[in-house]
Amino acid sequence: MSHVGPVKAGLADCRNAWVETLEALAAEDERIVAVVNDSVGSSKLNGFQKKFPDRLINVGIAEQLMVGVAAGLANGGRIPFVSAASCFLTGRSLEQVKADVAYANFNVKLVGQSSGVAYGELGATHHSIEDFAWLRVLTTITTIAPADAWETAQAVKWAAEHDGPVYLRLSRMPVPDLDIPGRTFTPGKAEVVRKGSDVTVIACGTTVHLAAEAADKLSDKGLSVRVLNMATINPIDVDAILAAARETGAIVTVEEASVRGGLGGAVAEITAGECPVPVERLGFPGFVVTGSTEWLFEEYGLSVAGISAAVRKVLARVTK
Amino acid sequence: MTPKTETVTLIREKALWMRRTAFSMVHKAQLGHPGGDFSAIDILATLYFGVMRYDATRPEWAERDRFIMSKGHATGALYSALCAAGYFPEGWLQTYMQPRSKLNGHPNRNYLPGIETNTGPLGHGFPVATGIAIAGQLTGADYRTFVLTGDGEQQEGSNWEAAMTAGFRKLENLTLIIDRNRLQQGQSTEDTTGMDPMDDKYRAFGFEVAVVDGHDLGALYDVLSASPKGRGKPLCVIANTVKGKGVSFMENQAKWHHGVPDDAQFAQAMKELV
Repeated sequence: MSHVGPVKAGLADCRNAWVETLEALAAEDERIVAVVNDSVGSSKLNGFQKKFPDRLINVGIAEQLMVGVAAGLANGGRIPFVSAASCFLTGRSLEQVKADVAYANFNVKLVGQSSGVAYGELGATHHSIEDFAWLRVLTTITTIAPADAWETAQAVKWAAEHDGPVYLRLSRMPVPDLDIPGRTFTPGKAEVVRKGSDVTVIACGTTVHLAAEAADKLSDKGLSVRVLNMATINPIDVDAILAAARETGAIVTVEEASVRGGLGGAVAEITAGECPVPVERLGFPGFVVTGSTEWLFEEYGLSVAGISAAVRKVLARVTK
Repeated sequence: MTPKTETVTLIREKALWMRRTAFSMVHKAQLGHPGGDFSAIDILATLYFGVMRYDATRPEWAERDRFIMSKGHATGALYSALCAAGYFPEGWLQTYMQPRSKLNGHPNRNYLPGIETNTGPLGHGFPVATGIAIAGQLTGADYRTFVLTGDGEQQEGSNWEAAMTAGFRKLENLTLIIDRNRLQQGQSTEDTTGMDPMDDKYRAFGFEVAVVDGHDLGALYDVLSASPKGRGKPLCVIANTVKGKGVSFMENQAKWHHGVPDDAQFAQAMKELV
Protein backbone atom coordinates (compact mmCIF):
# COMPACT_ATOMS: atom_id res chain seq x y z
CA MET A 1 0.00 0.00 0.00
CA SER A 2 1.02 3.55 -0.42
CA HIS A 3 1.55 5.17 2.93
CA VAL A 4 2.02 8.57 1.38
CA GLY A 5 -1.17 10.01 0.03
CA PRO A 6 -1.97 13.45 -1.20
CA VAL A 7 -3.26 14.20 2.28
CA LYS A 8 0.16 15.00 3.65
CA ALA A 9 3.57 13.52 3.29
CA GLY A 10 5.24 12.03 6.35
CA LEU A 11 4.02 9.17 8.45
CA ALA A 12 3.65 8.75 12.18
CA ASP A 13 3.56 5.77 14.51
CA CYS A 14 0.53 6.61 16.64
CA ARG A 15 2.02 4.76 19.59
CA ASN A 16 4.33 7.73 20.10
CA ALA A 17 1.35 10.04 20.44
CA TRP A 18 -0.18 7.53 22.87
CA VAL A 19 2.78 7.40 25.24
CA GLU A 20 3.66 11.07 25.03
CA THR A 21 0.09 11.99 25.94
CA LEU A 22 -0.14 9.39 28.68
CA GLU A 23 3.13 10.48 30.26
CA ALA A 24 2.04 14.12 30.23
CA LEU A 25 -1.30 13.23 31.81
CA ALA A 26 0.33 10.96 34.38
CA ALA A 27 2.67 13.77 35.42
CA GLU A 28 -0.38 15.88 36.23
CA ASP A 29 -2.60 13.20 37.75
CA GLU A 30 -1.14 10.62 40.10
CA ARG A 31 -4.27 8.48 39.80
CA ILE A 32 -3.21 7.41 36.31
CA VAL A 33 -1.54 3.99 36.24
CA ALA A 34 -0.60 1.61 33.46
CA VAL A 35 -1.33 -2.13 33.59
CA VAL A 36 0.46 -4.48 31.23
CA ASN A 37 0.99 -8.15 30.47
CA ASP A 38 4.74 -8.06 29.95
CA SER A 39 3.93 -5.62 27.13
CA VAL A 40 6.03 -2.65 28.20
CA GLY A 41 8.13 -2.53 25.04
CA SER A 42 5.37 -3.21 22.53
CA SER A 43 3.26 -0.55 24.25
CA LYS A 44 6.24 1.83 24.16
CA LEU A 45 5.87 2.30 27.91
CA ASN A 46 9.56 2.14 28.80
CA GLY A 47 9.65 5.89 29.37
CA PHE A 48 6.51 5.77 31.50
CA GLN A 49 8.07 2.99 33.55
CA LYS A 50 11.21 5.04 34.13
CA LYS A 51 9.25 8.09 35.20
CA PHE A 52 6.61 6.30 37.26
CA PRO A 53 8.04 2.90 38.21
CA ASP A 54 5.43 2.18 40.90
CA ARG A 55 2.59 3.10 38.60
CA LEU A 56 3.51 0.59 35.91
CA ILE A 57 1.85 -2.61 37.04
CA ASN A 58 3.12 -5.59 35.12
CA VAL A 59 1.10 -8.67 36.06
CA GLY A 60 3.02 -10.91 33.71
CA ILE A 61 1.51 -12.90 30.88
CA ALA A 62 -1.87 -13.10 32.56
CA GLU A 63 -4.57 -11.21 30.67
CA GLN A 64 -7.53 -12.28 32.82
CA LEU A 65 -5.72 -10.94 35.85
CA MET A 66 -4.62 -7.83 33.96
CA VAL A 67 -8.19 -6.75 33.29
CA GLY A 68 -9.49 -7.85 36.69
CA VAL A 69 -6.71 -5.94 38.43
CA ALA A 70 -7.62 -2.86 36.41
CA ALA A 71 -11.21 -3.07 37.65
CA GLY A 72 -9.86 -3.36 41.19
CA LEU A 73 -7.56 -0.39 40.70
CA ALA A 74 -10.57 1.63 39.56
CA ASN A 75 -12.43 0.51 42.69
CA GLY A 76 -9.46 1.83 44.65
CA GLY A 77 -9.68 5.24 42.96
CA ARG A 78 -6.98 4.82 40.33
CA ILE A 79 -7.41 5.48 36.59
CA PRO A 80 -5.92 2.41 34.95
CA PHE A 81 -4.82 2.30 31.32
CA VAL A 82 -4.49 -1.36 30.39
CA SER A 83 -2.12 -1.65 27.47
CA ALA A 84 -1.61 -4.91 25.62
CA ALA A 85 -1.76 -6.42 22.16
CA SER A 86 -5.41 -6.05 21.28
CA CYS A 87 -5.74 -9.69 20.20
CA PHE A 88 -4.97 -10.86 23.75
CA LEU A 89 -6.53 -7.92 25.57
CA THR A 90 -9.91 -8.47 23.94
CA GLY A 91 -9.78 -12.17 23.16
CA ARG A 92 -8.08 -13.78 26.12
CA SER A 93 -9.83 -11.65 28.71
CA LEU A 94 -13.16 -11.11 26.98
CA GLU A 95 -15.18 -12.30 29.98
CA GLN A 96 -13.26 -9.95 32.28
CA VAL A 97 -13.86 -7.14 29.79
CA LYS A 98 -17.54 -7.99 29.82
CA ALA A 99 -18.15 -8.64 33.53
CA ASP A 100 -15.46 -6.65 35.36
CA VAL A 101 -15.27 -3.61 33.08
CA ALA A 102 -18.40 -3.25 30.93
CA TYR A 103 -21.10 -4.71 33.19
CA ALA A 104 -19.58 -3.45 36.42
CA ASN A 105 -19.04 -0.15 34.59
CA PHE A 106 -15.63 0.63 36.08
CA ASN A 107 -13.49 3.55 35.02
CA VAL A 108 -11.02 1.38 33.12
CA LYS A 109 -9.26 2.32 29.88
CA LEU A 110 -8.42 -0.61 27.65
CA VAL A 111 -5.75 0.22 25.09
CA GLY A 112 -5.40 -2.35 22.35
CA GLN A 113 -2.02 -2.15 20.69
CA SER A 114 -1.08 -3.50 17.26
CA SER A 115 -4.69 -4.09 16.37
CA GLY A 116 -6.08 -5.38 13.09
CA VAL A 117 -3.46 -7.19 11.06
CA ALA A 118 -0.47 -5.25 12.39
CA TYR A 119 1.21 -8.55 13.15
CA GLY A 120 0.78 -9.54 9.47
CA GLU A 121 2.79 -12.69 8.89
CA LEU A 122 2.33 -13.93 12.46
CA GLY A 123 -1.14 -14.97 11.48
CA ALA A 124 -4.68 -15.00 12.78
CA THR A 125 -3.77 -15.86 16.38
CA HIS A 126 -2.08 -12.48 16.59
CA HIS A 127 -4.50 -10.51 14.47
CA SER A 128 -7.24 -8.57 16.15
CA ILE A 129 -9.95 -8.24 13.55
CA GLU A 130 -12.74 -9.52 15.81
CA ASP A 131 -12.42 -6.90 18.55
CA PHE A 132 -14.94 -4.43 17.12
CA ALA A 133 -17.59 -7.14 16.96
CA TRP A 134 -16.81 -8.43 20.45
CA LEU A 135 -16.75 -5.04 22.13
CA ARG A 136 -19.42 -3.25 20.14
CA VAL A 137 -22.10 -5.32 21.88
CA LEU A 138 -20.72 -4.28 25.27
CA THR A 139 -22.58 -1.02 25.04
CA THR A 140 -21.12 0.68 28.10
CA ILE A 141 -17.63 0.71 26.59
CA THR A 142 -16.81 3.69 24.39
CA THR A 143 -14.77 2.26 21.53
CA ILE A 144 -12.47 4.55 19.58
CA ALA A 145 -10.12 3.79 16.69
CA PRO A 146 -8.09 6.95 16.03
CA ALA A 147 -7.08 7.68 12.45
CA ASP A 148 -3.80 9.46 13.05
CA ALA A 149 -1.37 10.74 15.67
CA TRP A 150 -3.35 13.89 16.44
CA GLU A 151 -6.54 11.96 16.98
CA THR A 152 -4.70 9.37 19.07
CA ALA A 153 -3.50 12.07 21.44
CA GLN A 154 -6.98 13.58 21.64
CA ALA A 155 -8.54 10.20 22.33
CA VAL A 156 -6.07 9.38 25.11
CA LYS A 157 -6.70 12.77 26.69
CA TRP A 158 -10.45 12.36 26.46
CA ALA A 159 -10.31 8.82 27.86
CA ALA A 160 -8.42 10.03 30.92
CA GLU A 161 -11.05 12.68 31.61
CA HIS A 162 -14.07 10.52 30.85
CA ASP A 163 -15.53 8.64 33.81
CA GLY A 164 -16.34 5.24 32.34
CA PRO A 165 -14.93 2.32 30.40
CA VAL A 166 -13.13 3.04 27.13
CA TYR A 167 -11.49 0.87 24.49
CA LEU A 168 -8.83 2.65 22.43
CA ARG A 169 -7.90 0.62 19.40
CA LEU A 170 -4.43 1.65 18.34
CA SER A 171 -2.18 0.51 15.55
CA ARG A 172 1.53 0.28 15.00
CA MET A 173 1.06 0.93 11.31
CA PRO A 174 2.48 4.34 10.35
CA VAL A 175 -0.16 6.69 8.99
CA PRO A 176 -0.15 10.24 7.65
CA ASP A 177 -1.71 13.15 9.46
CA LEU A 178 -5.17 13.79 8.03
CA ASP A 179 -4.34 17.50 8.06
CA ILE A 180 -7.88 18.80 8.47
CA PRO A 181 -7.86 22.49 9.40
CA GLY A 182 -9.59 23.49 12.63
CA ARG A 183 -10.18 19.94 13.81
CA THR A 184 -11.91 19.16 17.04
CA PHE A 185 -12.28 15.74 18.60
CA THR A 186 -15.78 14.83 19.68
CA PRO A 187 -16.29 11.21 20.70
CA GLY A 188 -19.39 9.73 19.14
CA LYS A 189 -19.35 12.20 16.27
CA ALA A 190 -18.16 11.42 12.76
CA GLU A 191 -15.56 13.78 11.34
CA VAL A 192 -16.07 15.00 7.80
CA VAL A 193 -12.79 14.35 6.02
CA ARG A 194 -14.15 15.12 2.55
CA LYS A 195 -17.46 16.68 1.64
CA GLY A 196 -19.43 14.93 -1.08
CA SER A 197 -22.89 14.15 -2.39
CA ASP A 198 -22.72 11.12 -4.74
CA VAL A 199 -21.59 8.45 -2.32
CA THR A 200 -20.15 8.16 1.21
CA VAL A 201 -17.10 6.26 2.36
CA ILE A 202 -17.12 5.66 6.10
CA ALA A 203 -13.75 4.60 7.48
CA CYS A 204 -11.96 4.36 10.80
CA GLY A 205 -8.44 3.99 12.11
CA THR A 206 -5.71 3.13 9.62
CA THR A 207 -8.02 3.21 6.60
CA VAL A 208 -9.27 6.80 6.80
CA HIS A 209 -6.35 8.31 4.92
CA LEU A 210 -6.82 5.70 2.19
CA ALA A 211 -10.46 6.67 1.86
CA ALA A 212 -9.48 10.33 1.60
CA GLU A 213 -6.97 9.56 -1.13
CA ALA A 214 -9.50 7.46 -3.01
CA ALA A 215 -12.04 10.28 -2.79
CA ASP A 216 -9.50 12.74 -4.22
CA LYS A 217 -8.77 10.38 -7.13
CA LEU A 218 -12.47 9.83 -7.80
CA SER A 219 -13.19 13.54 -7.69
CA ASP A 220 -10.75 13.94 -10.57
CA LYS A 221 -13.16 11.69 -12.45
CA GLY A 222 -16.16 13.79 -11.53
CA LEU A 223 -17.45 11.88 -8.51
CA SER A 224 -18.31 13.73 -5.34
CA VAL A 225 -17.33 11.38 -2.52
CA ARG A 226 -18.08 12.16 1.11
CA VAL A 227 -15.54 10.67 3.51
CA LEU A 228 -16.37 10.25 7.17
CA ASN A 229 -13.86 9.37 9.85
CA MET A 230 -15.95 7.21 12.18
CA ALA A 231 -13.38 6.99 14.94
CA THR A 232 -15.98 6.15 17.55
CA ILE A 233 -17.45 2.74 16.85
CA ASN A 234 -19.53 2.80 20.01
CA PRO A 235 -21.63 4.84 20.55
CA ILE A 236 -21.71 5.28 16.78
CA ASP A 237 -22.90 8.46 15.09
CA VAL A 238 -26.31 7.32 13.88
CA ASP A 239 -27.21 10.77 12.59
CA ALA A 240 -24.15 11.00 10.36
CA ILE A 241 -24.81 7.53 8.96
CA LEU A 242 -28.46 8.29 8.22
CA ALA A 243 -27.55 11.66 6.71
CA ALA A 244 -25.05 9.90 4.47
CA ALA A 245 -27.70 7.39 3.43
CA ARG A 246 -30.32 10.04 2.72
CA GLU A 247 -28.07 12.60 1.08
CA THR A 248 -25.72 10.38 -0.93
CA GLY A 249 -27.75 7.19 -1.37
CA ALA A 250 -24.86 4.71 -1.17
CA ILE A 251 -22.24 3.83 1.41
CA VAL A 252 -18.89 2.05 1.46
CA THR A 253 -17.40 1.10 4.83
CA VAL A 254 -13.69 0.50 5.29
CA GLU A 255 -12.05 -0.96 8.37
CA GLU A 256 -8.97 -2.96 9.32
CA ALA A 257 -11.27 -5.52 10.90
CA SER A 258 -13.75 -8.23 10.10
CA VAL A 259 -16.59 -7.17 7.83
CA ARG A 260 -18.88 -8.84 10.35
CA GLY A 261 -20.04 -6.99 13.41
CA GLY A 262 -17.75 -3.96 13.28
CA LEU A 263 -18.07 -0.61 11.54
CA GLY A 264 -19.61 -2.16 8.43
CA GLY A 265 -21.96 -4.23 10.51
CA ALA A 266 -23.09 -1.19 12.47
CA VAL A 267 -23.69 0.86 9.32
CA ALA A 268 -25.65 -2.01 7.78
CA GLU A 269 -27.79 -2.38 10.91
CA ILE A 270 -28.60 1.31 11.03
CA THR A 271 -29.30 1.82 7.35
CA ALA A 272 -31.36 -1.37 7.10
CA GLY A 273 -33.50 -0.20 9.98
CA GLU A 274 -34.07 3.39 9.00
CA CYS A 275 -32.97 4.16 5.46
CA PRO A 276 -32.04 1.14 3.34
CA VAL A 277 -29.40 2.00 0.75
CA PRO A 278 -26.73 -0.14 -0.89
CA VAL A 279 -23.79 -0.72 1.45
CA GLU A 280 -20.46 -2.29 0.49
CA ARG A 281 -18.30 -3.41 3.38
CA LEU A 282 -14.53 -3.52 2.97
CA GLY A 283 -12.50 -5.41 5.51
CA PHE A 284 -11.54 -8.99 6.17
CA PRO A 285 -14.00 -11.79 5.48
CA GLY A 286 -12.59 -13.98 8.26
CA PHE A 287 -9.19 -15.49 9.02
CA VAL A 288 -6.80 -14.18 6.41
CA VAL A 289 -4.04 -15.93 4.49
CA THR A 290 -0.37 -15.41 5.35
CA GLY A 291 1.15 -12.09 4.36
CA SER A 292 2.62 -8.83 5.56
CA THR A 293 0.37 -6.07 6.82
CA GLU A 294 0.88 -4.06 3.64
CA TRP A 295 0.26 -7.08 1.44
CA LEU A 296 -2.90 -8.00 3.35
CA PHE A 297 -4.23 -4.46 2.94
CA GLU A 298 -3.76 -4.70 -0.83
CA GLU A 299 -5.05 -8.25 -1.06
CA TYR A 300 -8.29 -7.50 0.76
CA GLY A 301 -8.99 -4.19 -0.92
CA LEU A 302 -7.97 -1.85 1.89
CA SER A 303 -6.27 0.38 -0.65
CA VAL A 304 -7.02 3.36 -2.82
CA ALA A 305 -7.75 1.00 -5.73
CA GLY A 306 -9.86 -1.29 -3.59
CA ILE A 307 -11.91 1.56 -2.11
CA SER A 308 -12.38 3.10 -5.57
CA ALA A 309 -13.61 -0.23 -6.91
CA ALA A 310 -16.03 -0.59 -4.00
CA VAL A 311 -17.36 2.91 -4.67
CA ARG A 312 -18.06 2.03 -8.29
CA LYS A 313 -19.66 -1.23 -7.21
CA VAL A 314 -21.98 0.37 -4.70
CA LEU A 315 -22.97 3.07 -7.16
CA ALA A 316 -23.85 0.42 -9.72
CA ARG A 317 -26.27 -1.04 -7.19
CA VAL A 318 -28.19 2.18 -6.74
CA THR A 319 -31.54 1.91 -8.49
CA LYS A 320 -31.99 4.94 -10.63
CA MET B 1 -18.57 -10.83 78.85
CA THR B 2 -15.20 -10.05 77.27
CA PRO B 3 -15.24 -7.92 74.12
CA LYS B 4 -14.49 -10.98 71.99
CA THR B 5 -17.31 -12.95 73.60
CA GLU B 6 -19.68 -10.07 73.00
CA THR B 7 -18.61 -9.80 69.40
CA VAL B 8 -18.96 -13.52 68.79
CA THR B 9 -22.40 -13.44 70.34
CA LEU B 10 -23.39 -10.65 67.97
CA ILE B 11 -21.94 -12.53 65.01
CA ARG B 12 -23.91 -15.63 66.02
CA GLU B 13 -27.16 -13.67 66.19
CA LYS B 14 -26.54 -12.08 62.83
CA ALA B 15 -25.59 -15.38 61.23
CA LEU B 16 -28.81 -16.96 62.43
CA TRP B 17 -30.83 -14.06 61.08
CA MET B 18 -28.95 -14.28 57.76
CA ARG B 19 -29.64 -18.03 57.42
CA ARG B 20 -33.35 -17.56 58.09
CA THR B 21 -33.48 -14.55 55.79
CA ALA B 22 -31.53 -16.14 52.94
CA PHE B 23 -33.67 -19.26 53.04
CA SER B 24 -36.86 -17.19 53.08
CA MET B 25 -35.63 -15.32 50.01
CA VAL B 26 -34.84 -18.55 48.20
CA HIS B 27 -38.15 -20.09 49.24
CA LYS B 28 -40.10 -17.09 47.99
CA ALA B 29 -38.17 -16.78 44.73
CA GLN B 30 -37.95 -20.56 44.24
CA LEU B 31 -34.49 -19.71 42.95
CA GLY B 32 -31.07 -19.40 44.51
CA HIS B 33 -28.07 -21.29 45.82
CA PRO B 34 -28.86 -22.03 49.46
CA GLY B 35 -26.23 -24.72 50.00
CA GLY B 36 -23.42 -22.27 49.27
CA ASP B 37 -25.21 -19.49 51.15
CA PHE B 38 -25.18 -21.60 54.29
CA SER B 39 -21.56 -22.68 54.03
CA ALA B 40 -20.50 -19.04 53.68
CA ILE B 41 -22.80 -17.18 56.07
CA ASP B 42 -20.68 -17.60 59.21
CA ILE B 43 -17.72 -16.13 57.31
CA LEU B 44 -19.72 -13.12 56.08
CA ALA B 45 -21.27 -12.54 59.49
CA THR B 46 -17.80 -12.56 61.07
CA LEU B 47 -16.49 -10.06 58.53
CA TYR B 48 -19.42 -7.66 58.63
CA PHE B 49 -20.09 -7.78 62.37
CA GLY B 50 -16.70 -8.45 63.85
CA VAL B 51 -13.90 -7.47 61.52
CA MET B 52 -14.54 -4.98 58.74
CA ARG B 53 -14.38 -1.19 58.91
CA TYR B 54 -17.20 0.37 56.90
CA ASP B 55 -19.97 2.91 57.05
CA ALA B 56 -23.16 1.77 55.35
CA THR B 57 -24.25 5.37 54.92
CA ARG B 58 -21.09 6.06 52.88
CA PRO B 59 -20.62 3.05 50.61
CA GLU B 60 -18.05 4.94 48.50
CA TRP B 61 -15.90 5.93 51.50
CA ALA B 62 -12.36 5.55 50.13
CA GLU B 63 -10.93 4.10 53.35
CA ARG B 64 -13.54 1.35 53.76
CA ASP B 65 -12.52 -2.26 53.99
CA ARG B 66 -13.72 -4.15 50.94
CA PHE B 67 -15.46 -7.49 50.76
CA ILE B 68 -15.80 -9.22 47.41
CA MET B 69 -18.14 -12.15 47.01
CA SER B 70 -16.36 -13.99 44.23
CA LYS B 71 -18.77 -16.91 44.52
CA GLY B 72 -21.38 -14.50 43.25
CA HIS B 73 -24.16 -17.06 43.16
CA ALA B 74 -24.35 -16.98 46.97
CA THR B 75 -26.45 -13.82 46.96
CA GLY B 76 -28.68 -15.12 49.74
CA ALA B 77 -25.65 -14.80 52.01
CA LEU B 78 -24.41 -11.52 50.52
CA TYR B 79 -27.72 -9.67 50.42
CA SER B 80 -28.73 -10.75 53.90
CA ALA B 81 -25.33 -9.56 55.18
CA LEU B 82 -25.54 -6.18 53.41
CA CYS B 83 -29.08 -5.67 54.65
CA ALA B 84 -28.12 -6.57 58.21
CA ALA B 85 -25.19 -4.18 57.91
CA GLY B 86 -27.60 -1.39 57.01
CA TYR B 87 -26.88 -0.89 53.32
CA PHE B 88 -30.54 -1.14 52.30
CA PRO B 89 -33.95 -1.63 53.90
CA GLU B 90 -35.23 -5.06 54.80
CA GLY B 91 -38.21 -4.71 52.47
CA TRP B 92 -35.92 -4.94 49.45
CA LEU B 93 -35.12 -8.55 50.33
CA GLN B 94 -38.66 -9.50 49.38
CA THR B 95 -37.90 -8.58 45.77
CA TYR B 96 -35.06 -11.09 45.39
CA MET B 97 -34.87 -12.02 41.70
CA GLN B 98 -38.27 -10.50 40.96
CA PRO B 99 -38.62 -8.49 37.71
CA ARG B 100 -36.57 -5.26 37.89
CA SER B 101 -35.34 -6.07 41.40
CA LYS B 102 -32.09 -4.54 42.58
CA LEU B 103 -31.40 -7.96 44.05
CA ASN B 104 -30.30 -9.73 40.88
CA GLY B 105 -29.40 -13.42 41.01
CA HIS B 106 -25.75 -12.35 40.95
CA PRO B 107 -24.60 -9.07 42.51
CA ASN B 108 -24.43 -5.86 40.50
CA ARG B 109 -22.67 -2.90 42.08
CA ASN B 110 -24.71 -0.50 39.99
CA TYR B 111 -27.93 -1.80 41.55
CA LEU B 112 -27.06 -1.93 45.24
CA PRO B 113 -24.80 -0.06 47.64
CA GLY B 114 -22.11 -2.10 49.34
CA ILE B 115 -21.29 -4.29 46.36
CA GLU B 116 -17.69 -3.78 45.31
CA THR B 117 -17.75 -5.46 41.90
CA ASN B 118 -20.01 -7.55 39.72
CA THR B 119 -19.45 -11.26 40.08
CA GLY B 120 -21.13 -14.43 38.90
CA PRO B 121 -18.76 -15.99 36.43
CA LEU B 122 -16.25 -17.75 38.67
CA GLY B 123 -12.64 -16.71 39.04
CA HIS B 124 -13.27 -12.96 38.75
CA GLY B 125 -13.29 -11.77 42.36
CA PHE B 126 -9.73 -12.64 43.34
CA PRO B 127 -8.13 -10.69 40.45
CA VAL B 128 -10.31 -7.66 41.17
CA ALA B 129 -9.49 -7.89 44.88
CA THR B 130 -5.82 -8.04 43.95
CA GLY B 131 -6.23 -4.81 42.00
CA ILE B 132 -7.96 -3.15 44.95
CA ALA B 133 -5.12 -4.23 47.22
CA ILE B 134 -2.52 -2.92 44.76
CA ALA B 135 -4.34 0.43 44.70
CA GLY B 136 -4.12 0.51 48.50
CA GLN B 137 -0.45 -0.37 48.41
CA LEU B 138 0.22 2.39 45.85
CA THR B 139 -1.50 5.06 47.90
CA GLY B 140 -0.46 3.87 51.34
CA ALA B 141 -4.09 3.40 52.36
CA ASP B 142 -4.61 0.99 55.21
CA TYR B 143 -7.93 -0.52 54.16
CA ARG B 144 -8.17 -4.29 53.99
CA THR B 145 -9.56 -6.30 51.10
CA PHE B 146 -11.32 -9.61 51.68
CA VAL B 147 -12.36 -11.93 48.89
CA LEU B 148 -14.35 -15.12 49.32
CA THR B 149 -14.15 -17.83 46.69
CA GLY B 150 -15.69 -21.24 46.53
CA ASP B 151 -13.35 -24.21 46.64
CA GLY B 152 -14.55 -25.54 43.29
CA GLU B 153 -14.05 -22.00 42.00
CA GLN B 154 -10.34 -22.42 42.61
CA GLN B 155 -10.32 -24.59 39.48
CA GLU B 156 -10.50 -21.38 37.45
CA GLY B 157 -6.99 -20.49 36.30
CA SER B 158 -7.46 -16.77 36.84
CA ASN B 159 -7.20 -17.41 40.60
CA TRP B 160 -3.68 -18.66 40.17
CA GLU B 161 -2.75 -15.67 38.05
CA ALA B 162 -3.92 -13.54 40.96
CA ALA B 163 -2.11 -15.71 43.50
CA MET B 164 1.18 -15.21 41.66
CA THR B 165 0.90 -11.43 41.64
CA ALA B 166 -0.56 -11.12 45.16
CA GLY B 167 2.24 -13.22 46.61
CA PHE B 168 4.92 -11.49 44.55
CA ARG B 169 3.71 -8.04 45.59
CA LYS B 170 3.37 -9.07 49.24
CA LEU B 171 -0.13 -7.66 49.48
CA GLU B 172 -0.49 -8.00 53.24
CA ASN B 173 -3.80 -6.14 53.30
CA LEU B 174 -5.34 -8.80 51.06
CA THR B 175 -7.12 -11.80 52.54
CA LEU B 176 -8.35 -14.66 50.39
CA ILE B 177 -10.94 -16.85 52.09
CA ILE B 178 -11.75 -20.19 50.52
CA ASP B 179 -15.15 -21.64 51.40
CA ARG B 180 -13.91 -25.23 51.58
CA ASN B 181 -17.17 -27.16 51.63
CA ARG B 182 -15.68 -29.82 49.37
CA LEU B 183 -18.73 -29.93 47.09
CA GLN B 184 -19.10 -28.23 43.77
CA GLN B 185 -22.28 -28.09 41.70
CA GLY B 186 -22.18 -31.68 40.53
CA GLN B 187 -20.02 -33.67 42.91
CA SER B 188 -17.16 -33.45 45.38
CA THR B 189 -14.14 -31.34 44.50
CA GLU B 190 -11.86 -34.27 45.24
CA ASP B 191 -13.69 -36.44 42.69
CA THR B 192 -13.51 -33.68 40.09
CA THR B 193 -9.95 -32.43 39.91
CA GLY B 194 -8.65 -32.92 43.43
CA MET B 195 -7.89 -29.67 45.24
CA ASP B 196 -5.79 -30.79 48.19
CA PRO B 197 -3.37 -29.80 49.48
CA MET B 198 -4.68 -26.27 49.15
CA ASP B 199 -2.64 -24.99 52.09
CA ASP B 200 0.64 -26.06 50.54
CA LYS B 201 -0.35 -24.58 47.21
CA TYR B 202 -0.99 -21.16 48.70
CA ARG B 203 2.11 -21.31 50.87
CA ALA B 204 4.10 -22.00 47.71
CA PHE B 205 2.58 -18.89 46.13
CA GLY B 206 3.81 -16.72 48.99
CA PHE B 207 0.75 -16.60 51.23
CA GLU B 208 0.45 -17.04 54.95
CA VAL B 209 -2.09 -19.82 55.32
CA ALA B 210 -4.55 -20.50 58.12
CA VAL B 211 -6.84 -23.50 58.12
CA VAL B 212 -9.89 -23.03 60.32
CA ASP B 213 -13.30 -24.52 61.01
CA GLY B 214 -15.45 -22.18 58.95
CA HIS B 215 -18.32 -22.46 61.41
CA ASP B 216 -16.25 -21.80 64.55
CA LEU B 217 -17.03 -18.12 64.97
CA GLY B 218 -14.33 -17.57 67.58
CA ALA B 219 -11.69 -19.08 65.33
CA LEU B 220 -12.91 -17.11 62.31
CA TYR B 221 -12.90 -13.93 64.35
CA ASP B 222 -9.37 -14.52 65.60
CA VAL B 223 -7.85 -15.24 62.23
CA LEU B 224 -9.71 -12.52 60.32
CA SER B 225 -9.41 -9.73 62.88
CA ALA B 226 -5.66 -10.16 63.44
CA SER B 227 -3.81 -7.09 62.20
CA PRO B 228 -2.11 -7.63 58.86
CA LYS B 229 0.56 -5.02 59.63
CA GLY B 230 4.01 -6.49 59.28
CA ARG B 231 2.80 -9.81 57.95
CA GLY B 232 4.58 -9.05 54.70
CA LYS B 233 2.44 -11.43 52.69
CA PRO B 234 -1.21 -11.95 51.81
CA LEU B 235 -3.30 -14.22 53.98
CA CYS B 236 -5.19 -17.25 52.73
CA VAL B 237 -7.83 -18.59 55.10
CA ILE B 238 -9.01 -22.05 54.20
CA ALA B 239 -12.36 -22.27 55.95
CA ASN B 240 -13.50 -25.86 56.25
CA THR B 241 -17.25 -25.60 55.91
CA VAL B 242 -20.35 -27.70 55.40
CA LYS B 243 -22.51 -27.04 52.38
CA GLY B 244 -26.05 -26.43 53.66
CA LYS B 245 -24.76 -25.87 57.22
CA GLY B 246 -27.53 -25.47 59.77
CA VAL B 247 -30.32 -27.49 58.18
CA SER B 248 -30.16 -31.23 58.75
CA PHE B 249 -31.48 -32.40 55.41
CA MET B 250 -29.29 -29.97 53.43
CA GLU B 251 -25.91 -30.56 54.98
CA ASN B 252 -23.28 -32.02 52.68
CA GLN B 253 -25.77 -32.57 49.87
CA ALA B 254 -24.55 -31.38 46.45
CA LYS B 255 -28.16 -31.21 45.24
CA TRP B 256 -28.70 -28.23 47.56
CA HIS B 257 -26.18 -26.21 45.54
CA HIS B 258 -29.15 -24.70 43.73
CA GLY B 259 -31.92 -26.78 45.24
CA VAL B 260 -34.94 -24.81 46.47
CA PRO B 261 -37.27 -25.79 49.31
CA ASP B 262 -40.93 -26.69 49.08
CA ASP B 263 -43.22 -25.40 51.82
CA ALA B 264 -42.71 -28.41 54.10
CA GLN B 265 -38.91 -28.24 53.77
CA PHE B 266 -39.00 -24.52 54.42
CA ALA B 267 -41.07 -25.00 57.56
CA GLN B 268 -38.73 -27.74 58.77
CA ALA B 269 -35.69 -25.52 58.16
CA MET B 270 -37.25 -22.64 60.08
CA LYS B 271 -37.80 -25.01 63.03
CA GLU B 272 -34.14 -25.98 62.99
CA LEU B 273 -32.74 -22.45 62.49
CA VAL B 274 -33.37 -21.13 65.99
